[in-house]
Amino acid sequence: MKFKHESIEINAGLLIALTMVVISIGGLVEIVPLYYINDTVEQVDGVRPYTPLELRGRDIYQREGCYLCHSQMIRPFRDEMLRYGHYSLAAESQYDHPFQWGSKRTGPDLARVGKKYSNEWHVAHLTDPRAVVPESIMPGYPWLMEPLQYADVADRMRALKFTGVPYSETQQEYDANVAKFGQDAADKLNILRAERHLVQQAQAGNYDGDRSRLTEMDALVAYLQMLGTMVDFSKYDEGYFAEFR
Amino acid sequence: MSEAKTKQQGAVQTTGHAWDGDIQEFNNPLPRWWLWGFYASVVFAVLYWVVYPAWPIGKGYTTGLFNNITYTVNGEERSRHWNTRSLLIKDMQEGDEALKTKEYMQKVAAADYQQILADPDMMAFVRSVTKGLFGDNCAACHGSGGAGVMGLFPNLADDDWLWGGSVEDIQATLTHGRVGYMPGFARTFNDEQLDDVASFVLSLSGHDVPADKVARGKQLFTGEGGGCYYCHTAAGTGLKSQGSANLTDNIWTIADVQGQTEIAGKVDAVKNVIRNGVNRVMPTWQGRLDENQIKLLSVYVHELGGGQ
Ligand code: HEC
Ligand code: HEC
Ligand code: HEC
Repeated sequence: MKFKHESIEINAGLLIALTMVVISIGGLVEIVPLYYINDTVEQVDGVRPYTPLELRGRDIYQREGCYLCHSQMIRPFRDEMLRYGHYSLAAESQYDHPFQWGSKRTGPDLARVGKKYSNEWHVAHLTDPRAVVPESIMPGYPWLMEPLQYADVADRMRALKFTGVPYSETQQEYDANVAKFGQDAADKLNILRAERHLVQQAQAGNYDGDRSRLTEMDALVAYLQMLGTMVDFSKYDEGYFAEFR
Repeated sequence: MSEAKTKQQGAVQTTGHAWDGDIQEFNNPLPRWWLWGFYASVVFAVLYWVVYPAWPIGKGYTTGLFNNITYTVNGEERSRHWNTRSLLIKDMQEGDEALKTKEYMQKVAAADYQQILADPDMMAFVRSVTKGLFGDNCAACHGSGGAGVMGLFPNLADDDWLWGGSVEDIQATLTHGRVGYMPGFARTFNDEQLDDVASFVLSLSGHDVPADKVARGKQLFTGEGGGCYYCHTAAGTGLKSQGSANLTDNIWTIADVQGQTEIAGKVDAVKNVIRNGVNRVMPTWQGRLDENQIKLLSVYVHELGGGQ
């Protein structure tokens, strides 16, 4: 039987199915090779999964919809480098599920906001942005001063482990993390001790300025203060990351 | 239906459907301009595959021909196939914007502070560059005009300095950051003692407070119990090395004395600071800003505050 275009055009179901096949080819040829091309994720030291406290902060960041106004993706352009710092690396979001690149900048990019401001500034700013930045149009989040729920943090880590983030449960996994991230970080990535390490980090960091309480603010500020600080860019020369493209 | 239409219908192919007896559907070929456009884009795609990185092959990919980007890193020339990161390096080194500032940047980097301050040309450059730098990095805390926020972030636009107001001092502040720390005295002093010592502090800047309180407060201020003098000196003028405030000049950065009209309110404001202590952090900028940017900002802040 001779093939006729018409036989597709007059069959709505077939037309839909074949349209999807054609469109997905466009997506697949762009996405699939990235999984096995060597250069996709840069070889760089320092990037580790989030600690339990940072992870809870990331969840609150998503819950409050901060990504609707803030991107976490510094593009390799001159003006972005001058304003925000070094462009984002693929390696830096390799443990982010889902990634927080975002596509809307009502506020500034946050990919390198870590250590830029003090904890006090973040607390004052998140509670009432206009108290410190009179021109700001960012909404206030005073309810972040409520106690942090963290009883389920181990389950949250298990869920991420399922997607491939190297949190550890067995001794073997723990040892692998020690080799990869160092003892200090590996301890914090241990699911079995997640709650204890969460409390410890909040106590030591005193992110919300009040050690007697463990609040959502502690978690969110811990997360913000970590953003973009894992890679020490002074260790790599200007051209190093271009070698991966 | 008109006669002309019927004739035309006979001339071209139809899909063969008929509705309501005589409504039919044309089956025209694609317009010629569209078809040529399609072929042209196929040719363009093939050329693009040759020139730009395109096809994945195993663990690598075709990198494109005739399209290398050359730039200098650490004095050594490097060349890489077309990619946005190399383009950026080149743009940072020899783009239009980079070249515009390069000459002045080098001039400023080589000059010392006295030369920069004395040269109106260089100062104009400093102002044009630092406006953006200050807005992106400092304004969130110190305010876009440098006026700060009472209690939280100091005013940079007055000529009162905690850590010193020479350009060198300011540069040290920016490079390494500062922690303004004073312990809280809630456990050391009872309310009456707090009242006394606050009154003494206010007397230093010429406020009218009861003499007996001042006398008792002075004992606490200069005695071992308070130990205020360790950091603020016995005269209350403050120490640059500690970033401890000068208490004699009636310029306040933490206790909101100016905001209060009544003397009782002023005493309360000072009492609160002594009771709760201070712990505020000026972040470190080394690593985030490069040496020249810090140099430019130091000059800018120095100018803001009238300089010292
Ligand atoms: C309606 C949009 C909007 C939302 C939602 C929003 N922000 Fe913002 N944000 C802004 C704007 C505008 C600014 C710039 C002005 C300012 O500093 O307040 C800003 C600034 C910031 C900054 C300072 C960035 C810098 O480099 O100066 C941080 C940090 C920040 N936001 C965090 C958050 C977090 C965390 C959330 C979620 C809890 C959030 N924002 C939600 C609009 C938003
Ligand atoms: C997170 C908020 C924050 C940011 C951002 C910040 N500062 Fe500060 N800055 C402070 C605080 C708090 C102090 C007071 C430290 C103290 O109490 O001793 C301070 C002190 C200073 C001082 C010393 C003032 C004095 O009286 O001696 C200078 C100068 C200064 N900042 C300049 C800058 C510049 C320039 C920038 C931008 C590169 C900047 N600051 C960014 C919070 C900030
Ligand atoms: C460990 C050193 C230290 C000691 C001890 C100390 N101070 Fe301070 N004090 C500081 C510093 C540093 C600041 C400025 C903090 C800043 O700007 O961040 C300050 C600020 C103040 C201020 C606020 C000034 C302003 O401009 O608003 C008052 C008032 C004050 N001190 C009074 C006292 C009194 C009274 C005592 C003794 C009971 C005392 N201090 C003991 C270091 C000290």
